[in-house]
Amino acid sequence: MILAQAASSLFDWDWVGRNIDSIWRRTVEHLALTGVALVAGIVIASALAAVAIRKPRTYPTITAATGLLYTIPALAVFALVAPLVGIGTVTQRFITAEIALISYTLLILIRNIVTGVNGVPAGVREAAAGMGYSEGERIRQIELPLALPAVMAGIRIATVTVIGLVTVTSLLGLGGLGFFILDGLRRSIIFPTEIIVGVVLSVALAAALDIGLLGIGRVLTPWAREGDR
Amino acid sequence: MGSQVQTDTMIRLDNVAKVFAGASQPAVANLSLDVDRGELVVLLGPSGCGKTTTLKMINRLIEPTSGRIEVDGRDVMSVPPHELRRSIGYVIQEVGLFPHRTIAQNMATVPKLLGWDAGRINERVAELTVLVGLDRSMLERYPTELSGGQQQRVGVARALAADPPVLLMDEPFGAVDPIVRGHLQWEFLELQSRLGKTVVFVTHDIDEAILLGSRIAILNVGGVLEQHDTPERILASPANEFVESFIGGERGLRRLALRPIGEAVVSRGPVIDITGTPDEAVRLMEEHGVSWVGLLSGDQLLGWVDASEIDGRPLAALTPREFLVSLRSDSSLRSALDAVVTSHARMAVVVDDGIYRGMVDLEAIAEEITE
Repeated sequence: MILAQAASSLFDWDWVGRNIDSIWRRTVEHLALTGVALVAGIVIASALAAVAIRKPRTYPTITAATGLLYTIPALAVFALVAPLVGIGTVTQRFITAEIALISYTLLILIRNIVTGVNGVPAGVREAAAGMGYSEGERIRQIELPLALPAVMAGIRIATVTVIGLVTVTSLLGLGGLGFFILDGLRRSIIFPTEIIVGVVLSVALAAALDIGLLGIGRVLTPWAREGDR
Repeated sequence: MGSQVQTDTMIRLDNVAKVFAGASQPAVANLSLDVDRGELVVLLGPSGCGKTTTLKMINRLIEPTSGRIEVDGRDVMSVPPHELRRSIGYVIQEVGLFPHRTIAQNMATVPKLLGWDAGRINERVAELTVLVGLDRSMLERYPTELSGGQQQRVGVARALAADPPVLLMDEPFGAVDPIVRGHLQWEFLELQSRLGKTVVFVTHDIDEAILLGSRIAILNVGGVLEQHDTPERILASPANEFVESFIGGERGLRRLALRPIGEAVVSRGPVIDITGTPDEAVRLMEEHGVSWVGLLSGDQLLGWVDASEIDGRPLAALTPREFLVSLRSDSSLRSALDAVVTSHARMAVVVDDGIYRGMVDLEAIAEEITE
């Protein structure tokens, strides 16, 4: 603490060196919070999207409901969920945080899945039926693969959104890299190094995952690449 | 064998009707129609005549409200739809190739659904590539990289992949430009003459129907069958006013489309081998009353030269110009007439794969028609 203040420069590399273990642990925590939110979000969104696709009349209701979730501030979600789940134990706080994070992924994911599947050309659908695909085979082998570019685009946006939001869960004593931001702000004299580490690493994480997912998408949909032949 | 009373009917529609939910009028009303084995029947009619609905009832993409449909003696309603469809080829105007699969994978669709092993599928894809005239280099490409005409060839190959006895085609050449459409129609005719599939072909294009159909079923709005007969007989004696107005005012011309040129129409014309003398060429032009002469080398037609170009020079030394309008001996009288009317010299040459057959002029065609 005293050492940190003694350093007059804006960024204290010594602090980074001394806290490298903690930085690593928080990065992993950040990824875990993000990963769980995304996986759960994809599962729930897929189920809701399947309902919306089979019964198009439900789609406006589903988008309205998930749209509402999307507009509620993260802090308000914590305030609403915390009394129901409790925040006494780490598990309870984790669940509270995840409910907030997941609720932000749903609208984006559902919209992109439905758009992707509905975007399959009518002629392709008809040809698939005419060739003798059963409905299940058609959905799995034709419609979902063709929806993949739109679905991957949705996953990328959801990922970047969640990585940013995870920092806010630091208010629940979690937060991944958000811990450093909050901790840096809470000190009697604001400690820029800690805040910078939190901000820069979470931004870097978002960029890295976005590029990674872009790459995975390209590998999975070689047919969707335009103008590279 | 001779005692068998097996009719040669491949597809039988018996009193078939379709009323869509919420519709006051039936889309198809009590339609009965037989399609013989190896025959190409065209369902022809204006929009709203139920021709596509009828086609889709055969492979159960649409299910009839009443009546019975048999394919190869089997009631289609007794077979699970996906199994039925795997045994019936299906080609549509939008082609509907699967964009995420290569051309080879698209062609292999039905064999794969039928569980063929990889070796047999590869062999079949190679066969199909040759059959529809595609280049092998296209097999690993994706559909969006192909032209409309190439995509439609793949569409036909995909439908033929498991060698189904029956092919359903819904305006398959409707989305390509007229030149490509013409090529695809001729290619398909040639293919069909070798494969002898039973084909039901939907179109609203009367000329396409005449060119392709062994019989044409003309449907009126609401799926009413107005006439079911050969193109020749429909053009010669339309059953009623509806048929007459639908096939249009150029019936005489359209009938010519059904008649091949025929040897009587083709004459040798003013042509001379390049081993001939300039004097002989001049005499030939005078005989025919023309100021040009065609040059042959053996049975190959080299082109034509103008009288002024000869000027006593040996014929082999001249540079002949190409005949711009040429026909094949299996061309129709209609295309011959069109070619002759288009050409400046009022004649067209008949050439089969480079071999000179003769010439056709307006007089000879007129004589043939009036006969």
